[in-house]
Formats: sequence, structure tokens, C-alpha cells
Amino acid sequence: MDKFTELTAIAAPLLRINIDTDAIIPSREMKRVSKEGLGEGLFAGWRYTEPGSRNENPDFILNRKPWRRAQILLSGANFGCGSSREHAVWALAEWGIRAIVAPSFGAIFYSNCVRNGILPIVLPDDRIQALAALVEEDPEENRISIDLGECLITGPDRLTDKFDIKPPDRDMLMEGLDAIAVTMKRDDEILAYQARDRLKRSWVYL
Amino acid sequence: MGQNIIEKLWDLHSVADLGDGGHLIYIDRVFFHERTGSIALKGLEAAGRKVRNPEQVFGCMDHIVDTIPGRTDDTMVPGGSAFITTTREAAKAAGVNLFDLGDDRQGIVHIVSPEQGIALPGLTLVCPDSHTCTQGALGALAWGIGSTECEHAMATKTLAVQKPKFMRIHYTGQPGNGVTAKDMILYLIGQHTASGGVGYAIEFAGEAVRALTMEARFTLCNMGVEFGAWTCIIAPDQTTYDYVEGRPYAPVGPAWDQALAHWQTLPSDDDAEFDKEFVINCDEIVPQVTWGTSPQHETGIDGTVPNPRDEADPNRRQSIERALEYMDLEPGSQLEGLPIDSAFIGSCTNSRLSDLRSAAAILKGRKVAEGIKAICVPGSGQVKKAAEAEGLDQIFIDSGFEWREPGCSMCFFAGGENLGLEQRAVSSTNRNFENRQGPRTRTHLASPTTVAASAIKGCLTDVRKLEPASHG
Repeated sequence: MDKFTELTAIAAPLLRINIDTDAIIPSREMKRVSKEGLGEGLFAGWRYTEPGSRNENPDFILNRKPWRRAQILLSGANFGCGSSREHAVWALAEWGIRAIVAPSFGAIFYSNCVRNGILPIVLPDDRIQALAALVEEDPEENRISIDLGECLITGPDRLTDKFDIKPPDRDMLMEGLDAIAVTMKRDDEILAYQARDRLKRSWVYL
Repeated sequence: MGQNIIEKLWDLHSVADLGDGGHLIYIDRVFFHERTGSIALKGLEAAGRKVRNPEQVFGCMDHIVDTIPGRTDDTMVPGGSAFITTTREAAKAAGVNLFDLGDDRQGIVHIVSPEQGIALPGLTLVCPDSHTCTQGALGALAWGIGSTECEHAMATKTLAVQKPKFMRIHYTGQPGNGVTAKDMILYLIGQHTASGGVGYAIEFAGEAVRALTMEARFTLCNMGVEFGAWTCIIAPDQTTYDYVEGRPYAPVGPAWDQALAHWQTLPSDDDAEFDKEFVINCDEIVPQVTWGTSPQHETGIDGTVPNPRDEADPNRRQSIERALEYMDLEPGSQLEGLPIDSAFIGSCTNSRLSDLRSAAAILKGRKVAEGIKAICVPGSGQVKKAAEAEGLDQIFIDSGFEWREPGCSMCFFAGGENLGLEQRAVSSTNRNFENRQGPRTRTHLASPTTVAASAIKGCLTDVRKLEPASHG
């Protein structure tokens, strides 16, 4: 996965609350047992004029210049709610999104993001609205900068906000870590737990 | 200070403290299905990793398979048969359990897992499916994950998880006529929004929860994720133990006694603390129905579509405006009497035997209104068999419902089917999202009895007002 350290990029405002993973990638767009080939289906229900077609809806933000090159999404509360489908994150990543800024996220979606090189940033709604207004004014010039090492996000107004991210999630993004390999460093602890547990809760073990 | 049930299960399963509230949590059971599990199994294979304890990993075909009688591996989902065959081959290679097509235990993961006694009180269980919180109804710590986390759980028997905040919701009073667990959870989401539970693990408690059957408890917990919760749980009690005992994978003999003694220690202590607690009075709940495109867009069946102008919060106002345009509804219009095109009974929310019985009780001696497409999909092969043994299938068929094979079906395009362009559906499922049940399909979520009553009348119907059927 792509490491994430710093990013200065065009940001696309998609200020709706409760954007669900069905909207991010509809079921009908998940056509192969693969993490690839999903970018085309991103937001298909909104991005194209007819179901199943590839005729672009010219009004949809990601179809408009210069937002076609956006790497940051600004959105409303509960972004990524609904289905656990990791395809939503794979589609966003393939399309080119590297960070999503929202007042809150669906829990599974958030976990899926940090495992796939996308940084989810929680900011208050009023700050997101202010950033969106600036971005709308001049998307090309009014870029947003993110420094994951320092956990800082800076708007075109030069105002900087500190954001929270748990250290393991930050490490995963910054180092591009393989979570299984990280956990397997504790394999002795896992096996010791299991040996103790088998005695305590033998009824669990089939 | 005492502990709540979530803390108890958390501590019991903590392999290591990772700092900052993160723990390495031991995972007792992994469940998967062919849409997201196929990728997880393939990912492990590609990385040359093995499933640790494959005997504790279970899979079902439910998301891609169609539900048409006589079905095969072929499906109308584009590229769908590859999900089925890949899952079958990868499951075999990994040595994990699979309830495949043709197995009478096959069905929707969250129906099958409790039904087979795979989910048990006190266990941790994960599945790459958001409705895994359903299984928390048994007093298990069960939550939905992504495919990559599923690989992690299968390979290491653990997951690194951030400790959630704790919420307890007390349902008091007594649900009235026509009010089901589905109405109880829709009402909660309507009152507290679809993000009201974000960041929390939630215990459902109170006399009205205690009074629910085990199957109704699954319905209540099923839509915890629609409330934004990380997961939800109901403390085990005699209702739980009676449900679990004798199930195929449940412990027996001395192991049962040992398990039962453990389960009885799990309920929250009297002095347990929660970050947030509140009460929902069931006396105030009537049969509920959604009018918009988020589960929070809901009201009583006797209610009206809101006017966005009355909403002070600009984000919510905009969300209502979009929803009304999508749903083709006018502010202030009555929900009761709104004409529908289709009716669906099924999904991990409401496709258990008790759901089918309650719907059949409404349908018996009646006919679905002319022009209404009506479909019933039992949640599992076991539910289907039990329903057929009671003659419920004939009641559904006689009334004009299709009677299908088990699977997720119309909940979201499963099997490649949908309810049709701009069709208005009343559905016992869990999500009324845009395009979820078909292209621009307009979904109204409701209980199975409200769906059955609406199918008969051809419009959204208050099940309490249905006149007696002319039997015979």
C-alpha cells in the first residue's frame, strides 16, 4: 500500500451527511474477486447519468475540472456508513483519493481506510464547511495541506487544525505496514493466551 | 467498581495491551460469505499464509447466489459465479467449514451462525459483513470488519481493536399492538439519528428487551450498525440459554454446564458504568416506516413526510430535501395509503421463522393487491424447512407471494436481481439507501407484518387497522 506522510492537494467538497458505502460503490459495480478495477464504479449512481452507463453527469463534483484531480474529499457526518465492503475504500484509492475529512466516519470504513493508504481525518463540521467554501472559490489555488507526522491539516486560509489519530493507525499509514506481520511479532503471546484459554474455556474449542 | 458486559468480554479476550486504548483481542470464531470472504481467503493464499484453527472458521453463500428455485452457481450478478467458485475452492484449500449451495444449512450468515450454535454467549465473533452485530443478541461480542481485517483474524486468531465507548439503552414499557423489535430499533434511529451510536458498543437492556424472544432480539441488534454503533449486545438470560441448548455446534454435557456457569457471570454488574445511558419508552412506539434514504428518515405509520423547512440543522435539512426528491414525496403528505409496487420479506433483519409466521398470519385467507410484486425469502435452509413443515409456504404462495431459496436477495441486488427502476417497495430489510434495492428504487423499511399488510392493500398500511380476513 502507498505510504502517507504529507499531502498538498485539490479538495472536493461532497457535503452530504450519511454517505453510505452502497453510494461509494454500488453492489452491481463489484464484478470480480479482486481489489482492482473498482475506480470506474466509484460513486456510479451519482457520477453517471443512467444506471450501469458510463455517461458522466456533468454536475457531479468529481466530473468537474479541476476536481477530477482531487485527492482530498470533504464530507458530512457518518461518512462510509453501511455495508462493510472494503471495495468502497479500494474504489476511492484507485480513483486517486488519499484523504477524507468528515465530522465522523462509519467504524468499519475507518478501519478499512487506514489499511489501504487512505487517511480519514475527523474535523468539526463548521471547519469543514469553511474549508469547503474556500475550495469552491478557487479549487486549483486553494489547496489543503496535510502533515500526518505532526497530525496537522492546514487550509488555504493558513489556519491549521490538529487532528487525532491513534498511533497504530498513523504508523500503519506512514510506514505502509503489513498488519499481520506486526501482530505475528506477538505470536508467542497469542499462543500462550490460547493454551491458557483452552484450559479455562474448553467448551469454546471445536 | 463493577464492569459492564462489554468490558468483561473485552478483558477476557485481551491478549495484549497495545497502548492508547488499543488491545489485541482474541477471536473465537470467524464467519465469512462469498462476496467479501472470497477476497480475504484469496489474499491469504496469495501471501502464502495459513488459516489458524480452520475448524473455528465458517462460511456461507448468501450475497451473490440467487434465490430462484433450481439455482446453480450461475447468477445474474456480473462475474458472480467466480465469487461462488473461488470461495468454494479457497475454503476447501484452507480447510475451513462452508455451508455451500445444496446444503440445507446454507443461508444468510447472521441467521445460520446462531441457528447452528456457532455464535454463542461470551464468544468473540467477527465477519466481513456489517450486520455481524446481529449476533451480539446472544451475549457475544460480535462485530463487522473489512476483508483485510478478516485475513488478519483468520491468520492470527486476533484483531487489533480500539476500545469503544460504552452506551446502554433501556427499553421500558410494553410495545403495543403491531409493534415489533423492528419498530423498536427504527424508532431509536429516528429519535437519535443514524450516527447516534458512532464510537460506541451498546448494551440493549430493560424490561421490554427481556420480554423479547431470541429471534426478536436478533432483529433489534441487527440494525445497531444503522445507528452507527461499533456493535451491540444483549446480556444472556434464560431466553438465550433455551435458544442455544441443543444446537448442532453448542456445547453438550459437562461442557454445557461449564459454559452456562461462565455465561451467568457475564451480565453487567449493578454498579457498572457507561459513558452514555438513556431510556426509550415503548409505550410511545407505533408501527414505524421510513420515508427517506437513511434509516433515520422514519416515523410512525400514522405520521407524515416532514417539511425540510421545519428542520433547523442545515445538514439534516439538505439531507431531507435530497431524500424527498429521490423518493418522489411531497412534504406533509400522509405515509399511510401511499401506493407501492412491490413488497419484500427477507434479509438478516427479518427472515426468521417467527417473522414468517407473523407475516403468514396476516396473509392467510387474503390476496396480495393486483400488480404488486411480492417476494418472501426465508433466511436459511433450516428456516425454510421449518416454515414448509408448518405450511407457511403455501400461505405465502396462495396469497400471491413468491417463495424463494435462502439468501440475501432483494436487500441489495444479491443474485443480480432488483426491484426495478423507480419502483416503490415496502421491505423488511435494513437499508433504504439510494439505489440499494435497484436503480432509483424507493425503499420503505418496515416490519414483516407491516410489509404483509401493505402488500394486501397495495399501499403503506397500518397493520393495526387491518380488518379480519375472511378465512375459508
